[in-house]
Amino acid sequence: MNLAAIRAIYVFEMQRFFRTLAQSVVSPVLSTSLYFVVFGAAIGSRIETVEGIPYGAFIVPGLIMLTVLTQATSNASFGIYFPKFIGTIDEILSAPLSFIEITIGFVGAAATKALFIGLIILVTAFFFVDLAILHPVWMLIFLILTCVSFALLGFIIGIWADNFEKLQLVPLLVITPLVFLGGSFYSISMLPPAWQTVTLFNPVVYLVSGFRWSFFGEADVAIGLSIAMILIFLALCLGTIWLIFRTGWKLRK
Amino acid sequence: MTDPIVSVRKLVKRYVNGFEALKGVDLDIAEGEILALLGPNGAGKTTLISAICGITTPTEGTITVGGHDTVRDFRAARALIGLVPQEINLEPFEPVASTVAFSRGLFGKPRDPRLIARVLDSLSLGDKATARVRELSGGMKRRVLIAKALSHEPRVLFLDEPTAGVDVELRRGMWEIVADLKRQGVTIILTTHYIEEAEAIADRIAVIDGGRILLVEEKAALMARMGQKVLHVALTSRLETVPETLSSYALSLSEDGHSLIYTYDTRAARTGVVRLLAAIDAAGLQVADVTTRESSLEEIFVGLTRHEPEGNVA
Repeated sequence: MNLAAIRAIYVFEMQRFFRTLAQSVVSPVLSTSLYFVVFGAAIGSRIETVEGIPYGAFIVPGLIMLTVLTQATSNASFGIYFPKFIGTIDEILSAPLSFIEITIGFVGAAATKALFIGLIILVTAFFFVDLAILHPVWMLIFLILTCVSFALLGFIIGIWADNFEKLQLVPLLVITPLVFLGGSFYSISMLPPAWQTVTLFNPVVYLVSGFRWSFFGEADVAIGLSIAMILIFLALCLGTIWLIFRTGWKLRK
Repeated sequence: MTDPIVSVRKLVKRYVNGFEALKGVDLDIAEGEILALLGPNGAGKTTLISAICGITTPTEGTITVGGHDTVRDFRAARALIGLVPQEINLEPFEPVASTVAFSRGLFGKPRDPRLIARVLDSLSLGDKATARVRELSGGMKRRVLIAKALSHEPRVLFLDEPTAGVDVELRRGMWEIVADLKRQGVTIILTTHYIEEAEAIADRIAVIDGGRILLVEEKAALMARMGQKVLHVALTSRLETVPETLSSYALSLSEDGHSLIYTYDTRAARTGVVRLLAAIDAAGLQVADVTTRESSLEEIFVGLTRHEPEGNVA
């Protein structure tokens, strides 16, 4: 295992993040604050409670998930797409590295950035709502697993994409709708029964539900099911990446 | 050759569309030499280098670097190689020293800021260590690429068209850098389509075209061939054969029969040109014109690449 290389990729990616810290952090924090103001304060004042939880607090886990999913995916996809775009990928391909090191370096950095932003938003949330976290350790586990899984997904997208449109396409057309329809702003039990069934095919439902459980002890689906779904998703992404590197798809000529 | 540092055997690269960029290349490179890989655009130079460095997966054949197979034992093989790509592939917003240090890390070497500083100094980039890559001139960027390749102390350095689009002064600077590296014992393979570049710095020259190595020769031996000059004696009348009285000279007749062709070595003590002209005069032939032509590496090169049996697909 080439640990120095993992470290080099990880540090390089993190340096990029900290160099652009203002734009990396300000924009997600600002947009989340807007969600708090609009949904939490303005609309939330008309809704009393959901599942016995004040609406402002109820949407916190969903909002964090929304940002973390988007950030993990876009950071990882951009992280691997950019070297492809400017050609520095050749150096990485010619270095004494296997796909494991490349993936750990890029995905690790993207997941760290997403986790960092997720935690900042959590802190921001305390300024807007009264919040208590029932299972803080589980909360962190859910957050980390989500960061890693979606960074892996982003990594796959970044390898697949051969232009900037494709790079934006999946986050825009797939991830955002999945998150919005994944119970970020409502409980699934509020939907008509038919839609409740449809929703169960949305993987984000399990993430948001599990994450919300770690805050309030209330969940739409069983907590074990949530964890199992995240692990399945993680395994699928790892398998796909293994295949990509084994065949050199989109990377080696 | 005793234990070549790079050994390429029967290397074939066939793309999905059927195009063969390499058609069975065999090449041995000795430790410490400078080999120039000379060929026109699309000859397969970059493909060959990419295959050795692990960027392109070969279809058939084997490559070893320092005795390590580049597929089975890719970590050991690649650790020995530094690659300076043809395109200026650099992260525009990175500081110079950090992008060079990144390369060292990628190749599994521990951090060594002093070594990085030394490499940058040797390439006259010492005062640019903290500058962003995009602030540099084209020539400096090319030197940053060399610094990246040298950052992990490779034993074999590949330079893919290091002086393409570089002005004369920078080109000479680049040649000095290459000569310095050779003194440090680094084996250097450079691709170029400038013949004068191969002449100026290479120990051996390999000519590649249409995915095949057409010739690999010591530069000195090639130079000896280049030392030959051809004398054309144009005659006013047409000849069927070389006259009997001139048979002691190794003469040939041009196709149209209007000129005699004499090849001689400019470095020989006696070229025989004066005696030959006297003999032609004595044979009663009227001389219309006399021209001499020097065979150059360029000519050898053009001759080789023109007689390519199959048309070049690219």
